[in-house]
Amino acid sequence: MDRRDFLRRLCLLIASTGMTGGMSAAAWARIIHKDYDASRHYYGMGIDVDKCIGCGRCMQACKTENAVPAPPFYFRTWVERYVIKTDRSVTVSTISTEGVQPTDGIVEKDMVRSFFVPKLCNQCAHPPCVQVCPVGATFTSDDGVVLVDTKRCIGCRYCIQACPYGVRYLHPVTRVADKCNFCYHRLVRGLLPACVEVCPTQARLFGDLKSVASPLGRFVRMNKVHVLKPYLNTDPKVYYANLDGEVN
Amino acid sequence: MEAVQHFTELAKQVVGFIYPNEIEIHWSILIVVYPYITGLVAGAFILASLVKVFNVKELQPTYRLALLTALAFLLIAPLPLQLHLGRPERSFEMFLTPQLSSAMAMFGFVYLWYLMVVLLLEIWFEYRRDMIVWSGEATGVKKWALKILSLFSTDVSEKAVAFDKKTVKIITVIGIPSAFLLHGYVGFIFGSIKANPWWSSVMMPVVFLFSAIVSGIAIVMLLYMIVVPLRGGKIDMQCLDKMASFLFYAVIVDFSIEVLDFIHRLYESEESIKILSALVETKLFMSLVILQILLGMLLPLGVMVVIRVFKLQEEVRKLLYFVCGLLIQLGIFSTRWNVVIGGQLFSKSFRGLTTYKMELMGIEGLLVAVALLIIPFVILAVLLNLLPPWKKEELARTT
Repeated sequence: MDRRDFLRRLCLLIASTGMTGGMSAAAWARIIHKDYDASRHYYGMGIDVDKCIGCGRCMQACKTENAVPAPPFYFRTWVERYVIKTDRSVTVSTISTEGVQPTDGIVEKDMVRSFFVPKLCNQCAHPPCVQVCPVGATFTSDDGVVLVDTKRCIGCRYCIQACPYGVRYLHPVTRVADKCNFCYHRLVRGLLPACVEVCPTQARLFGDLKSVASPLGRFVRMNKVHVLKPYLNTDPKVYYANLDGEVN
Repeated sequence: MEAVQHFTELAKQVVGFIYPNEIEIHWSILIVVYPYITGLVAGAFILASLVKVFNVKELQPTYRLALLTALAFLLIAPLPLQLHLGRPERSFEMFLTPQLSSAMAMFGFVYLWYLMVVLLLEIWFEYRRDMIVWSGEATGVKKWALKILSLFSTDVSEKAVAFDKKTVKIITVIGIPSAFLLHGYVGFIFGSIKANPWWSSVMMPVVFLFSAIVSGIAIVMLLYMIVVPLRGGKIDMQCLDKMASFLFYAVIVDFSIEVLDFIHRLYESEESIKILSALVETKLFMSLVILQILLGMLLPLGVMVVIRVFKLQEEVRKLLYFVCGLLIQLGIFSTRWNVVIGGQLFSKSFRGLTTYKMELMGIEGLLVAVALLIIPFVILAVLLNLLPPWKKEELARTT
């Protein structure tokens, strides 16, 4: 490379860096996701309780993908283990990210049934968190995903109080509310949420409720589904098949 | 991380099952202080309005004191909220882009309305003539402070003073629903959360209102009994008895509403009743059963009944009123605690209870909360000095 060539390339580099560096995140998003039209989708998730084996891979994947703080007090998704015993008492625990490690000493002959229930933000169609947010930092996107604008959230935590499912937490570093957003950065690229991607038993299914052919469309056709706390009129879009009445 | 260590300790004290994100108690002691303070504001204002709108002549000596008390506390009311925010530097967003469906977003507007339109205006018209007269008598900084506070008005003609009086009355009439709005609204912030059965109740704003009236009357009664002797005056027993009588009825109404709420919950016995019963029997036993109900309500009620039935001596009455006032403050603070902290001690899975361990030093700790409760009294001391509620001859008259 001679001097002239070097200078030409240097000028090009400076000019292009200046142009792209000055672009807002929204402008970037328009370029990268130019094919993504939120109004054409309406996302939801299906969970088949009978298929979950409590391996905890979804929890691990979620923490890695979304930089969720590692300590076991911050989760965008988690898996609960229910044990219903012969005396009709119920023991519930959250499994570790390393998979199920029963330490409750319950022996099999005392169990009537036991199962795992993955939990995450229900992406309600009538989300109480959106209703109470004083600054509109939590909002519903056209594709039905409830998102948090981390640049606007003031950290009042009213949304955390208003969520009936306990899926929100205050991020200890950013000091704003955080929760599952179906891995929105992956969705707009046409990818699946990380938890769905890694689930070895397909206990979690993801899809577009507007599309009959999507895996979720098939899931809600083939199963009798239920949502969590339906009496609160939040209209969750996470559908459970084979859900036990003990789960809330 | 310090927080993680804190949560690990707390996790050992969890009874039953809670959702994993629920270990952190998000609304801390500062959010207990906030409704306590706004309650005092609303209650003190209602007491003041008894004089102006309902013409309760006996309470005249407490009128200005009640207004200044309301102002001193109202000035501090937003501070606990501001300090508790995760991102306090963004709080102005609430004014710029308020979300109209949010009960909390209205806080700034309700607060400003109450401060600017009701309280400041009423105090200004009430004191305008006196400020002009006093600024003529005073010297130095005080003279100028009074001149600025009176907005350099000079008209002390009979016509102007009559206008002041009329305006004060009109503002008080607007002020009563505004005071109801201020505190009823705080109750609504909690009462409208359907996810939380401890909070979700249509009674919540009503309970907040009446407990506010109780605490407001009690604080003005305490202050009256402290400030008047300090200023060399004598306590007007007729006024004190009247105030205590209003307090008595307010406590009865407040107690009845809370009992109604309690019985209603027990009788309906919904899904959450088991966990709420466990909450009351264990984590809240001290603060709810002992402090709020027994010491903060039933004991003062009993004492006030004794005072009425046995027609006790003046000195004994004063002492007992003072004790009642203190107990009621303790009770109402416990009420706020039981609502705010109590509502976060049980899991929304209804399967377990967690624990709140108050910090001592941190920004959401005990010391900050105590400071926030002391500052209004400092402000009140300054206000009382600048705008004395009683003229010298008034203090002398009761001697």
